[in-house]
Amino acid sequence: MISIDVYSIVLPLLLEGAMVTLQLLVICGILSFLMSFIGGFSRLSGIAPVRWVSGLIIEFIRGTSLLVQLFWLVFALPLLGVNIAPGLAAIIGLSLNYGAYGSEIVRSSIQAIPKGQTEAGIALNMTPIQRMRSIILPQAFRIMLPSFGNLMIELLKGTALVSLALTSDMTEKMMQMRNTVGHDTQLLSLLLIAYFIVGYAVTLLFRWLERKFSAGRV
Amino acid sequence: MVETQDANALTAYNIQDKDPIVKYREIKKAFGDTEVLKGIDFDLYPGERVAIIGPSGSGKTTMARLLMTLEKPTSGTIEVDGRYLWHKEVKGQLVPADEKHLHEVRGDIGMVFQHFNLFPHMTILKNCTEAPVKALGLSKKEAEERAKEMLDKVGMLEKAKDYPASLSGGQQQRVAIARALVMRPKVMLFDEPTSALDPETVGEVLQVIKDIAKQGDMAMMLITHEMSFAHEVADRICFFDEGIIQEQGPPSQVFTQPKTERLQEFLKRFHMNGSS
Amino acid sequence: MSVWDWEFTFADVLPQLLQVIHVTIGATIGAFAFALVGGLILALGRRSQKKWISWPTYGFIEFVRTTPPLVQLYFIFFVFPDLFGVALPAIVAGILGLGIHYSTYLSEVYRAGIESVPQGQWEAATALNFSPVQKWKSIILPQAIRPVVPVMGNYLIVLFKETPLLAAISVGELLGTAQSIGSSTFRYLEPITLVGLFFLLMSYPASLMIKRLELRLDLNRK
Repeated sequence: MISIDVYSIVLPLLLEGAMVTLQLLVICGILSFLMSFIGGFSRLSGIAPVRWVSGLIIEFIRGTSLLVQLFWLVFALPLLGVNIAPGLAAIIGLSLNYGAYGSEIVRSSIQAIPKGQTEAGIALNMTPIQRMRSIILPQAFRIMLPSFGNLMIELLKGTALVSLALTSDMTEKMMQMRNTVGHDTQLLSLLLIAYFIVGYAVTLLFRWLERKFSAGRV
Repeated sequence: MVETQDANALTAYNIQDKDPIVKYREIKKAFGDTEVLKGIDFDLYPGERVAIIGPSGSGKTTMARLLMTLEKPTSGTIEVDGRYLWHKEVKGQLVPADEKHLHEVRGDIGMVFQHFNLFPHMTILKNCTEAPVKALGLSKKEAEERAKEMLDKVGMLEKAKDYPASLSGGQQQRVAIARALVMRPKVMLFDEPTSALDPETVGEVLQVIKDIAKQGDMAMMLITHEMSFAHEVADRICFFDEGIIQEQGPPSQVFTQPKTERLQEFLKRFHMNGSS
Repeated sequence: MSVWDWEFTFADVLPQLLQVIHVTIGATIGAFAFALVGGLILALGRRSQKKWISWPTYGFIEFVRTTPPLVQLYFIFFVFPDLFGVALPAIVAGILGLGIHYSTYLSEVYRAGIESVPQGQWEAATALNFSPVQKWKSIILPQAIRPVVPVMGNYLIVLFKETPLLAAISVGELLGTAQSIGSSTFRYLEPITLVGLFFLLMSYPASLMIKRLELRLDLNRK
């Protein structure tokens, strides 16, 4: 069994790494949420070139693997003369990737709202922006929430990849410890449990949000 | 003056010397290769109530949807209260209208849909105040007063705080009618307002529409399969088939002495073959 | 030296990457096959009437779905030798790790498919006195799987794009190879870019095919 003094070394390091993981989760979560809306609305734009370009970018990001993108940003980009800190590269890579997936969530949720809702808005002489804001989005948002919850779990799991691209998150800290103190089983179990705790908290948060946004309705 | 006399002969309504509030001229509409409207000329007078009947797929609904700006005509013009709907006049030339122009003109039109299309995420009251606040710029208080007045008129005031999902189809449609009335349109379109209802709730909705027809000076275009209702409410019956107006006239004439064979055939299905 | 070296790309990088493509594809197929079977077992386990089967299955699915596949790979690669006394070859650990992770996704897909089979089909199977095994094999599963084939296809693509993870446990697949070319030549740009393009060229057409398949299956049902 792992001894007490090893825990006293491991836990502070795990917490230190957990702070990095949580920061990545929150920052990239917010950025990818914003990008989901930018991407989703662009995909639905009335201007054809906007639709094509956004579609191209989204498919490109989705088609090339996340880890490959992170490696590219960290190892290849400096060779093009662009030096960004690994932490920033991690934020950019994760946000773009999950933003691209989120764009599809936004697009499909908006398209899922029946056409009659838009038509009723037109018949009541509301402008396109008014229709989007008070009729379509509030309904689409309820459809999006569970998918965004899943996306956040995927993001959390994705943050572990930054440990391979020079960012010192929770996983990187534990793998470092492995090299110095051993105890693979305990360290890795601890790490899995730590991720599960954060992930479960995210799940609970989104369940709460879903309840909140469906209040008062049948 | 010849035109007015002709128009007077077509309707039981007293047109007097009014100008039409809605004018369709040579309206055609095609979806892909299918032409659903093949050249419609049609006038609607302020306060007049016209029932549009005809088999499904005859273009009746499209006729209303063009006026509500839900579909764009392939060719032809529509005028609403002296202004072109789908066109703007720029230096004497007609150019396609933009969203701003449509927004200005369609304020005169209201519509009640077959499937109600209430907003499920808003209470009944909010359904009726959202557009007056946003599109007409009324204060919340004014909008609520108007909305409550109309909800009372359709007998739905006590449900004001409920959400649409808790109402029956007939109740939802009554709310949808109130919601359209709050906007005070000059022309109201009813697109088969009872077709999606359970038989036992059809009556309450028809009654509400009859009440409105009696009191208002609002022009109404009623697309319906309820022949006795059309007979009772309308000043004029317009029979659509295969994308054109086949026959029109006051109900007493259209229902009792149909001229065209097509209309005779159509009425037989409703056991209204003129002889009865 | 130019930013992008074409000769290096074609003479060194491309041949070396082509040599390991089979590792990436083999790992994808192996892990997906594992997930297809594992997913079905988990789905049936979750449906079990016996709580001592259904609850732990549910817990396992939730735990595996919520934790990173990378850490799971480490766990299998480094911990299994401690626990069972056998060191797994990296590629086997990789297939096992991704296979287990994706079997939790596929269990949800199977579940959706099974729930989409109309009640009448179950009743008909009972009325015709099928044994439970016959009922599942010849009535329920064929109907449950058909509508979810496109969803499974999508997971195949997602899994494929996740295989670069295996580089972390030193499987010599595409990304790992690109990285080792990079570290020995100090040129990362060409190898990593090529790997990215390769994934794009494989996964985008595949996703278009699945969209078409989806439409076809949809039409056939109507």
